Amino acid sequence: MTRFIALIAAWICLSLPLRAEVDIQEVTSPGGFTAWLVESHDIPFTALEIRFRGGASLDAPGKRGAINLMTGLIEEGAGDMDARAFAAARDALAASFRFDVHNDALSVSARFLTENRDEAVALLRQALVDPRFDQDAVDRVRAQVLSGIQSDDKDPDTIASRTIRRMAFGDHPYGSDLEGTAESVTALTRDDIVDARARVMAQDRVYVSAVGDIDAETLGQVMDQLLGDLPETGADLPPKPEYGLSGGLTVVDFDTPQSVAVFGHQGIERHDPDFFAAYVLNEVLGGGGFGSRLMEEVREKRGLTYGVYSYLMSLDQANMVMGRVASANDRISEAIQVIGDEWAKAATDGVTQEELDAVKTYLTGAYPLRFDGNAPIANIMVGMQMEELGIDYIATRNDKVNAVTLDDIKRVAARILDPEALHFVVVGQPAGLNAGN
Amino acid sequence: MRLAGLFSALFLLCGLTARADQVTDFTLDNGMEVVVIEDHRAPVVVQMVWYRAGAADEPAGKSGIAHFLEHLMFKGTEAFPDGALSDLVEANGGSDNAFTSWDYTAYYQRVAADRLELMMQLESDRMTGLILSEEDVRTEREVIKEERNQRTENEPGALFSEQRMAAQYLNHPYGVPIIGWKHEMSTLSRQDAFDFYRAHYAPNNAVLIVAGDVTPQDVRALADKYYGAIPADPDLKPRTRPEEPPQLAERRLQFADPRVAQPYVLRTYLAPERDPGDQKRAAALVFLADLLGGSGTTSVLAQKLQFDTQVAVYSSAFYSPLSVDDSTFGLVVVPAAGVTLQQAEDALDTAIEGFMADGVDMELFETLKMQTRAASIYDRDDIQGLARRYGAALASGLSVEDVQSWPDILQAVTPEDVMAAAAEVFDRRRAVTGWLMRDDAPEEVTQ
Repeated sequence: MTRFIALIAAWICLSLPLRAEVDIQEVTSPGGFTAWLVESHDIPFTALEIRFRGGASLDAPGKRGAINLMTGLIEEGAGDMDARAFAAARDALAASFRFDVHNDALSVSARFLTENRDEAVALLRQALVDPRFDQDAVDRVRAQVLSGIQSDDKDPDTIASRTIRRMAFGDHPYGSDLEGTAESVTALTRDDIVDARARVMAQDRVYVSAVGDIDAETLGQVMDQLLGDLPETGADLPPKPEYGLSGGLTVVDFDTPQSVAVFGHQGIERHDPDFFAAYVLNEVLGGGGFGSRLMEEVREKRGLTYGVYSYLMSLDQANMVMGRVASANDRISEAIQVIGDEWAKAATDGVTQEELDAVKTYLTGAYPLRFDGNAPIANIMVGMQMEELGIDYIATRNDKVNAVTLDDIKRVAARILDPEALHFVVVGQPAGLNAGN
Repeated sequence: MRLAGLFSALFLLCGLTARADQVTDFTLDNGMEVVVIEDHRAPVVVQMVWYRAGAADEPAGKSGIAHFLEHLMFKGTEAFPDGALSDLVEANGGSDNAFTSWDYTAYYQRVAADRLELMMQLESDRMTGLILSEEDVRTEREVIKEERNQRTENEPGALFSEQRMAAQYLNHPYGVPIIGWKHEMSTLSRQDAFDFYRAHYAPNNAVLIVAGDVTPQDVRALADKYYGAIPADPDLKPRTRPEEPPQLAERRLQFADPRVAQPYVLRTYLAPERDPGDQKRAAALVFLADLLGGSGTTSVLAQKLQFDTQVAVYSSAFYSPLSVDDSTFGLVVVPAAGVTLQQAEDALDTAIEGFMADGVDMELFETLKMQTRAASIYDRDDIQGLARRYGAALASGLSVEDVQSWPDILQAVTPEDVMAAAAEVFDRRRAVTGWLMRDDAPEEVTQ
């Protein structure tokens, strides 16, 4: 697999998912693994999702980037197959295995046909249980990772998000790039890769979901086959980070015509009783569609940007309210001014009844639309498990949105939106902005 | 202008892009083509309206107007003023957006299936009812300039790509960027937008795709009611663009920018596209691209440049078969540390020469055939993807029949077809070779 291609901006939906008729079974395998399953025999394939909690946050001290590099190597040779033999075997089955990692989880996304399911699962098992990490593969994938790091160093968006995360989370893994630095990645050895795998790919942190042409009994066997020979435990999760960011402005000089600004402050926990109120509030302020206040004020009324948004960043061990905007160097200061004003206005006044009604209709109407394929449903279900939402969550989620009142919003707005604490990191050559701190 | 119209004989071939029994197509009395793709697994529908008008249909000097109009189409109509369309879509739990390419402009909504009628009412209303104030145009022009800043001015790779395309096409408007040249974008006016709108937005220049939990009968009744009420534009011009002259001279360019982190070599060749009733050469080129660069592990370029030697950290081949006029076939090599762009290009040339001498690896070829078959299964899980595929094909001049026969045409491709297509396409006189470089490093060693 190639780690070179940069991330393509995705449409990110923050809130969780489902259609009332989604019929989830909880499956327990003979070996004791559990999964959520939706049987759907319309199309002869299965989408399988596996997550290992902890992800790249489990990098050993001084080994930043090891888990990311290891993730890129999982299917670069396994058992008696080198990288090319493994890829040829996978492609001949028309199966697809994707391995990815972020700071809270390592993910395995597999897709295989019913007609050759046994062979595909056996092949995936080899990658999970018996990866080779051949030195030539380590060196080849490392070169791709280094090339990506080199590109990130000159990408204004990456520089901005990297800067704000470092300021917010310092030495905690959340404070640095999970890819590591050129120095840390260059220094990684094969032993580090082997150790990285042991830290993250363990039985005590695994979550599984499947959707498609597979029954509960078969899924149980598949889980035992894929996971039964993994180590029982992995490394401990790191402690919660100290939040180190205060309000203000940081400018990173970069010679480019359009400044990119990333902004944020502390947020709210996923299981806080006011989470839904905060979620609805953010939707009005800077959420998804074209109708948010930030889009209206910054783009529609003033034409200052192509896009501006805010979102609740809910990580396992930290939460922020974050946002992003980009404007020409001579216009970014006005965009930042408008965003700050909207932040203050929402913090003081909350939202109007009309806005609340409209956003509820949108959120509750949009929710069932997410469950429109095997792959998206599998992805949603594994996410629900990791967030420790109940198996009945889908049926109750819209009620939780509908239960949010104007008073709830006002309370949570005053609690989490704080224009004084809001920090902007601007990458570019902005005119008329003085970096205070 | 192709007004397909005939009720296509529905071949019940298995392993199609969509099962043929999933797809129904018909044409309204005013010439608007309609395709219905059924998927009853979830109560969702996607409505897309595709206009056979894109950036390559713009008048000279007005680059970006197709895309600018796409933005302005959300401003409002008499019946639904002040951006009411998106508000109503959102109020119904839906999402909407639009996109513009060289060959088409498309608008879509994704919403609960029982809201389809409102979506048709809104979309048909703005086919002819657009209202724009000077203020709308002034503000939105700033938005598209910021969009260009974000996509292009801030991205040296995108600037490089614009220069390459301009060199690739000597005469055809594919050489002009979709978003527009910066200096022309700032002159685009309200009148320019209306001129383009009135010339191209009409039912007889549009394709309606409805995909999801719907029946063809219901879609037909609604489409007749809303779109059928709009008269055809009798003055619609046939779609003709300036064509390429014979390309007789290889072009080379070097683009340097201090923001370039990772230099690379990219070469594109002028290549034939899928034509109505004639998709065989394009199918062979799809396999050629997959054989050369479809996988980072097993394809020819990866084997020769990343495994047998360590010249590259990344290599690929790409080809867009869907296009109204001549498309391009591309090769890219990202050199490994210590390898120069000249060395990378030389290694690429050697790899291609080797491929032309050795021919097709049959094991890899059979694997690609298997994957093509499997795609017809996996694709059924993504109804919006299917909708896009039909829409893009029909808006590019193909018929439903062409779309449905495409998988079989792919399956019928032989290694001889691939080699013949390769011999034809790899003509340096029709190629542009570009180097993306760091500034002030005309022939440097990468890190």
